[in-house]
Amino acid sequence: MSFTIQLGRHSYHFADLKTLLAKASPARSGDYLAGIAAASHEERVAAQWVLADLPLRHFMNELVIPYESDEITRLIVDGHDLAAFAPVAHLTVGGFRDWLLSDTADTVALTALAPGLMPEMVAAVSKLMRMQDLIVVAKKCEVITRFRNTIGLRGHFSTRLQPNHPSDNAAGIAASLIDGLLYASGDAVIGINPASDNTQAVGRLMGLLDEFIQRFEIPTQSCVLTHVSTTLALINQGAPVDLVFQSIAGSEAANSSFGISVAMLSEAHDAAQSLGRGTVGDNVMYFETGQGSALSANAHHGVDQQTIETRAYGLARKFSPLLVNTVVGFIGPEYLYNGKQIIRAGLEDHFCGKLLGLPMGCDICYTNHAEADQDDLDTLLTQFALAGGSFIMGVPGGDDIMLNYQSTSFHDALAIRRLLSLPPAPEFLQWLQKTEIMDGKGNLLSGQRLPPVFAKALTFTETGHGQ
Amino acid sequence: MANSTIDGWQLLRGYTTARIALGRAGVATSTAVNLQFQLDHARARDAVHQGLNVDALAAVCTATLANIGGNHSQHLLPAIQLSSLAGDRHGYLQRPDLGRQLPELQWQALAERAATQAPIDVALIVGDGLSSAAVSAHAAPVLAPLIAGLAELGLQLGPLCIASQARVALADDIGEALGASLSVILIGERPGLSSPDSLGMYITFRPKRGCSDAERNCISNIRDAGLSYQQAVDTALYLIRGALLKGFSGTHLKDDSATLTASCLGVPFLK
Repeated sequence: MSFTIQLGRHSYHFADLKTLLAKASPARSGDYLAGIAAASHEERVAAQWVLADLPLRHFMNELVIPYESDEITRLIVDGHDLAAFAPVAHLTVGGFRDWLLSDTADTVALTALAPGLMPEMVAAVSKLMRMQDLIVVAKKCEVITRFRNTIGLRGHFSTRLQPNHPSDNAAGIAASLIDGLLYASGDAVIGINPASDNTQAVGRLMGLLDEFIQRFEIPTQSCVLTHVSTTLALINQGAPVDLVFQSIAGSEAANSSFGISVAMLSEAHDAAQSLGRGTVGDNVMYFETGQGSALSANAHHGVDQQTIETRAYGLARKFSPLLVNTVVGFIGPEYLYNGKQIIRAGLEDHFCGKLLGLPMGCDICYTNHAEADQDDLDTLLTQFALAGGSFIMGVPGGDDIMLNYQSTSFHDALAIRRLLSLPPAPEFLQWLQKTEIMDGKGNLLSGQRLPPVFAKALTFTETGHGQ
Repeated sequence: MANSTIDGWQLLRGYTTARIALGRAGVATSTAVNLQFQLDHARARDAVHQGLNVDALAAVCTATLANIGGNHSQHLLPAIQLSSLAGDRHGYLQRPDLGRQLPELQWQALAERAATQAPIDVALIVGDGLSSAAVSAHAAPVLAPLIAGLAELGLQLGPLCIASQARVALADDIGEALGASLSVILIGERPGLSSPDSLGMYITFRPKRGCSDAERNCISNIRDAGLSYQQAVDTALYLIRGALLKGFSGTHLKDDSATLTASCLGVPFLK
């Protein structure tokens, strides 16, 4: 269906829904790269105006990627819960924004609504929202998930400890891991991005993390972020897999370029659940996403990068993941040019994911070829935490020496905990206090003096050899 | 600095270049730590814009490779200099699509040249990517054992291509033009705060325009503090053998080799 609007002397025409969504999207380099962004500031607002008057029901009739040719579309359409949709079924996109901001939309109402929303509806409404709106509405959502601890409780904030090393050296990884634990990081997951795809090397890292968690009795979960097929092979070999990781995107073609399908994810999900390694819950999936990945794979179908990102959440929710992480600044300036675009995208992704019922975290980050710096990272971190974000990364000194980008540091997490009174997951907090890493008020105790358990475990008789 | 806390586990810094045991002022990092971070960020940003000296790299490669490989690599030299459609650094950063394409004239020239020579098994490409420093420092030392290993396998090598403003997928264009069974591109990775010169290597079976990333195998972090040249080449040769044998590369081609090296075993500082 095409859309037309007259604004003053100008008439604007939009050929179909995906064009309308793309033109209505706040400016970002990836949409310009794809040649689908609004050509002028006025055209963007014209599109937003048309979008505001579009009934939410329209999204059920006009699909941005055809049902026949895309399994993500089929997942979205077939899984759409009409009964849950009922409370907002009569609204336009603009009316939906007002409803979300109203007191009617409380935590209970939003939780019940989640399965009734199609990702494209959520993406659409986000395009009509200022950052303040994205923060205020997301803050009302509460998404709780469990494996060995409880993630997403209101008033709590979790961190993934990311002890990467450029050659997967066990001592190097262990050194960063201990540093992170002593800085109170790691309740969302202890997750390594391996430098190598070597099956045996990945399996060894899984063993290392498992040993750590068992030895220090840490109420958290581990993950080695390798391709789902490698994890599946290792599960079959008896490796200690807590969480299954995979990068996902919002079109079947993009996922094909990652070498994955819904069926493959289902198989890995079932295999991990069958291990029964969770103690307080069985959310076993860890997904990562990020605006621009579909375009990067040349698999965006003319859909704007924010809408197609939200479709990835439609895929994620099928698997009740423990964690979904939008790696917002990693992809580079071709897709999100500068701090402003990265900050907005991070808050959009969090809002859209939370509204769809997902445990959204954010890798608040930037690369050295983007127009961004520590000030931008600080801004998004503060706003993300205010919005009720579920978790962030914890990288030693904010410098990932394997992935070559900057993310949030252990120190950053402590600063935001102190600023907004946000302790980690309760089970993990209890462990931090028991091991004397933190006191009862959430102050860090480790420093010059090592906490007793670690003082006993560590030996400094031999100094390292660098690698 | 009486107002900052020193961490009692500083000796762990000997085991990694990660920024660990930094200490703290309150829960923030100290002024010195902050300034070091800012300095490293400034250097990494500058590294992105440093252009590749193609002539110098070609000279180094020529000197290094002149005596390697025997008959199978007789067409390796002289190196061919190419540049993507991206033109300059600004265009390169904004338009990844252009960095993946060869200008038509360069493509035709490669294809014509290949038509007159024996069929090529492996096309070897060096591209600047996001770090010219990486290829300047590490391309030649990786190429030498790689070419020796490929020649030992009896594989016919194409001309060494050195490409500027190159993205990974430029290897598809080059490999297709040369009619190669497989392409290997050495390319500068995005400069990190602690690693402005990290080299990546991508292997693609039957390279052609439009190959997806799932069809490639990647070996990353080749640099002094990362993967050694020999480790990288061993893995590459294992993957190349597998790809040529099985007829595919990418996520379905697993690196199942036993590469347990002593440095990966054990954590010496844990009792």
